Amino acid sequence: MPLYAERPPLPSEDKRWRIVNGTMRKHGYSRNALIETLHTVQSSFGFLDEPAIKFVAQSLRVPLSQAYGVVTFYHFFSLKPPGRHTCTICTGTACYIKGSDKLVAETEKLLHVKPGQTTPDGEVSFTTARCVGACGRAPVTLLDGELSGQMEPAELKAQLERWTMQ
Amino acid sequence: MNAEELQQIATAAQEERAKFDFAVNVCMGTGCLSQHSDKVKAALEKEAGECGKKCHVRRTGCMGLCAAGPMVLMEPSEARYGHVHEGDAKEVIASLGGEPVARLDPRLGGYFDGQRHVVLENSGHIDPEKIDEYIARGGYEALVKALTDMNPASVIEQISKSGLRGRGGGGYPTGLKWDTVAKVKGAQKYVICNGDEGDPGAFMDRSVLESDPQRVIEGMAIAAYAIGATKGYIYVRAEYPLAVQRLTVALQQARRRGFLGNGICETTFGFDIDIRLGAGAFVCGEETALIASIEGKRGTPRPRPPYPAVSGLWGEPTLINNVETFANVAPIIRNGGEWFSSMGTARSKGTKVFALTGKIQRTGLVEVPMGMTLRQIIFGIGGGVPDGRKFKAVQTGGPSGGCLPEEHLDLSISYDALISAGSMMGSGGMIVMDDTSCMVSVARFFMEFCMTESCGKCVPCRAGTVQMYELLSKICAGEATHRDLDRLTELCEVVGATSLCGLGQTAPNPVLSTLRYFKHEYLAHIDEKRCPAGVCECSPVEKPQPQEVHA
Repeated sequence: MPLYAERPPLPSEDKRWRIVNGTMRKHGYSRNALIETLHTVQSSFGFLDEPAIKFVAQSLRVPLSQAYGVVTFYHFFSLKPPGRHTCTICTGTACYIKGSDKLVAETEKLLHVKPGQTTPDGEVSFTTARCVGACGRAPVTLLDGELSGQMEPAELKAQLERWTMQ
Repeated sequence: MNAEELQQIATAAQEERAKFDFAVNVCMGTGCLSQHSDKVKAALEKEAGECGKKCHVRRTGCMGLCAAGPMVLMEPSEARYGHVHEGDAKEVIASLGGEPVARLDPRLGGYFDGQRHVVLENSGHIDPEKIDEYIARGGYEALVKALTDMNPASVIEQISKSGLRGRGGGGYPTGLKWDTVAKVKGAQKYVICNGDEGDPGAFMDRSVLESDPQRVIEGMAIAAYAIGATKGYIYVRAEYPLAVQRLTVALQQARRRGFLGNGICETTFGFDIDIRLGAGAFVCGEETALIASIEGKRGTPRPRPPYPAVSGLWGEPTLINNVETFANVAPIIRNGGEWFSSMGTARSKGTKVFALTGKIQRTGLVEVPMGMTLRQIIFGIGGGVPDGRKFKAVQTGGPSGGCLPEEHLDLSISYDALISAGSMMGSGGMIVMDDTSCMVSVARFFMEFCMTESCGKCVPCRAGTVQMYELLSKICAGEATHRDLDRLTELCEVVGATSLCGLGQTAPNPVLSTLRYFKHEYLAHIDEKRCPAGVCECSPVEKPQPQEVHA
């Protein structure tokens, strides 16, 4: 058996894999680059699936168990594909004091999903965040990545309805 | 680069500034950007181009008062406008050189009274993506001074003399830390900047990184020179995309100007910095967990000693300081340690940036000298509690801190005073609560946070936080007995005493501090099955269904 296994081929023709490979090359395929590479995968593909984790683990010569351990340890990484739209509600302290629990309840009622889930039609992913650092504008939501502050339940409801009606 | 060349760059940048009679600074921090300050800036630029006045519209970082965003600061009149919209651009530009627009007055009240800006001195005044604007305001003078006129030992001496203590929460004397790392022998030493600002309710580090990233880079370079490191990392939360972007630009510019790389300032000293992204784990704010995360592993802490100063990143001596700590370094070297130690109290020197949020009139960032009272900050600067409600408590120190009641409002802020009152400085979040907040449910909120953020390595934290959360939920539901309360107190002691890292050791603090000052609320839930604030499930005024706080 060779001391070092060869690096695996790109999982598909998808050009995004070259970006992922680029990140690994930048770090000299060092094991330390695991988290950086996973960030690149997530930002390119939106989530981390099994082939992606396997590819990264093999390329960096990290045991698959360790790569999976890292993926599941950090909240930022997602194993499931996101919906067409994402609704993130900040549940940091300042937002909590300003009533973000009402926003969470409103969203749950409207979408019939819990935080961390996507609606069955794949339209909206609903997540909560641990403080996005815009506490001066609490309560804060990130709708499709765009930050809006001082959110009212009615305003949020209107936006979510716009998404689900389409 | 030497002092003369630096002066030339500064003069050129100042001349560039002097070409314009007026400057209109538009806040482009996360807070104001969410209110479309980019469109405001575009509208202002268009108007400025048409009005014929020599006016420069500048993108800047945070101006502090996030509640009144988008904020605009006029130079040289120093007039500030709040809630500026695209439609106001014409009026704002027309007012240049004349009377300020009264309609847009953000009604600052006493917001800037008593504040003293050291860390935030450039925030709102410079474009964070232009290094020359930083140099024009005295930037990199300290690095050049340190490299050309001082030896590493005298740099450390100045930092020790300043009395600067770690701004990340622990309050460990910075000079002592530097001295320890400097004395350890190692082939390769590292400097790490901890920008994993995980405390919910705190956004000082984000703001510094977004508004004045060069200041942090300069502080790190000085630290590297003092301890003999050649490689640095800035660990930033991935939740702060704008900070990461500005930092990336800042690093490129610093390299191009020769403040990073090999042979900085014509010396043999070389130093470079890489960015590492966090991935949403609160425990990575703990230094050993952060190191594990930079190494590409799960962010679990390890027992100390050995401290990172002796064996840190890849087993090498490593210096870890918080963003705000590094942001204080350049002014200290520039003005001397004594200048810094003239501010603050006997054992807590200098200024501290606080993020003032919650039920308060004027939310935003404030920087005040240590020793100011909570009352001055909350009622003087912050304008007190809105809507005629009554102040109930102020929470400092995030999930590791505690809630202080009205009796403690006259406490003057220092590391030691806050700890003896049962809270802590933390990284600087200050969340004000009024009488609509239930302290038991606030304690439960923090416990839920610690429970989900526990890394699971040590049992007291992993299992203890779950048990404490269940007990607090039981109290909130009005189903608890006095035995449960006793068990909760006992668990607080055990978890605090036996956990591996700071997360577990301080997780009981919110419970302990609320038990200390708001025991009557706990008793009302237990004895009368009622929530005095009408928040909890047991309270008949609220919906009967149990309502959980989700992660």
